[in-house]
Amino acid sequence: MMTMNEFRSLFHNGLIKQNTGLVQLLGLCPLLAISNNVVNALSLGLATTMVMAASSGAVSGVRHFVPNEIRIPVFVLIIAALVTVIDLVMHAFVHPLYLVLGIFIPLITTNCIVLARADAFAAKNRPLNSVVDAVAMGLGLTLVLLVLGAIRELAGQGTLFSGIDLVFGEDAKQFVLHVLPNYQGFLLAILPPGAFIALGLLIATNNWYKARAEQRTRAAVAVAA
Amino acid sequence: MTSPIPAALRNALRTGVILFVFALVGTAMLAFTHNRTEPVITRGQLAEKRALLSQVLPAALYDNDLLSTQQSVPPDDLLGTRQASALWLARRDGEFSGVVLEAVAPDGYSGNIALLIGIDANGAVTGVRVTAHRETPGLGDYIDRAKSAWIDQFVGKSLLAPEPKHWKVAKDGGVFDARAGATITPRAVVKAVKSALDYFARHRAAFAAPLAVKEKDA
Repeated sequence: MMTMNEFRSLFHNGLIKQNTGLVQLLGLCPLLAISNNVVNALSLGLATTMVMAASSGAVSGVRHFVPNEIRIPVFVLIIAALVTVIDLVMHAFVHPLYLVLGIFIPLITTNCIVLARADAFAAKNRPLNSVVDAVAMGLGLTLVLLVLGAIRELAGQGTLFSGIDLVFGEDAKQFVLHVLPNYQGFLLAILPPGAFIALGLLIATNNWYKARAEQRTRAAVAVAA
Repeated sequence: MTSPIPAALRNALRTGVILFVFALVGTAMLAFTHNRTEPVITRGQLAEKRALLSQVLPAALYDNDLLSTQQSVPPDDLLGTRQASALWLARRDGEFSGVVLEAVAPDGYSGNIALLIGIDANGAVTGVRVTAHRETPGLGDYIDRAKSAWIDQFVGKSLLAPEPKHWKVAKDGGVFDARAGATITPRAVVKAVKSALDYFARHRAAFAAPLAVKEKDA
């Protein structure tokens, strides 16, 4: 079993300290490509979390049988096989969801966070901790995607949750928020450069916030001394 | 007691066998999942295709199994195709009642726009859908039925009404609306639909020929 403290530190790590999108800067390709609106961003984030949890759990479960020299090929094999299985099962049994997430699933295989977590964490830790770590990392990524998607969608077309009907059916159309009525649209935000600009701003904000917090601690220490 | 096999070689062999076992298990897992999901996936794809066809050709117009009439037609300038494309022939009570064509608008703002066009026996459009495009999101992508109803204005149009010279976007003196700032995309679609009607006019006799003959050469 894991203690509450372990659990908390894993989540702190995944969501803030080692956030894949803002701090580790891993797996930016899907992050930049799919963050043009909230629904896409959330879908990709959750799909990635699911794949990471499954692959980290599997890698951790077999970690004692894998010699160090061939761990990378074995991990790649496990991840690729798992993603393909998830892809096939979703295609067959949850078709409407597959239509939305389907294009992202193969993208996830190319996402280096999945392999990075398998190698850096799951290969050295117990299955339960590894799954929690993967979920925390995945949620950290989802959070960044969500913020990025919201910024780009709001700036680009003045709405939030457009396309939600693709996930929840035609009736969900009423949940689309037209935050800025009669908005003319700002194409740059939706096109790829908008992703780079918005992510840059997010990282800068995060760094500024961290630097300020550090400065305060230093000042407090100096005063105390 | 030393083994006759050197340690390094033994180690390499062991590693190789482990890798092999993982590959075997992975392959078996994939094969099993594929086996289990394939029939469901195929059924889903057929249903999806059927649903897509019924979007461009109203179900009331035919009573045959549209999917089974699929034919391959060679590339044609009027269809904008560079590879063989598919078409489906609709019949009602054995009479030719319409056709669904795959066509391509090659001159979109960013590349090809793939279209599915339904035409009834009188040469009037029953529906058009964009099946693949790379037009600018938020600007040219309103041709997609999921984004706007723009594409519905083709329904009921034929080469007789409007006249061929009015098969243009409003900006060029035609009857078809287009949003300001994105005329290249709708222009390409209007042109492609008109060409498809020309293609239909040229091949109507062949489409209307009895199915039994057509199926043989399909």
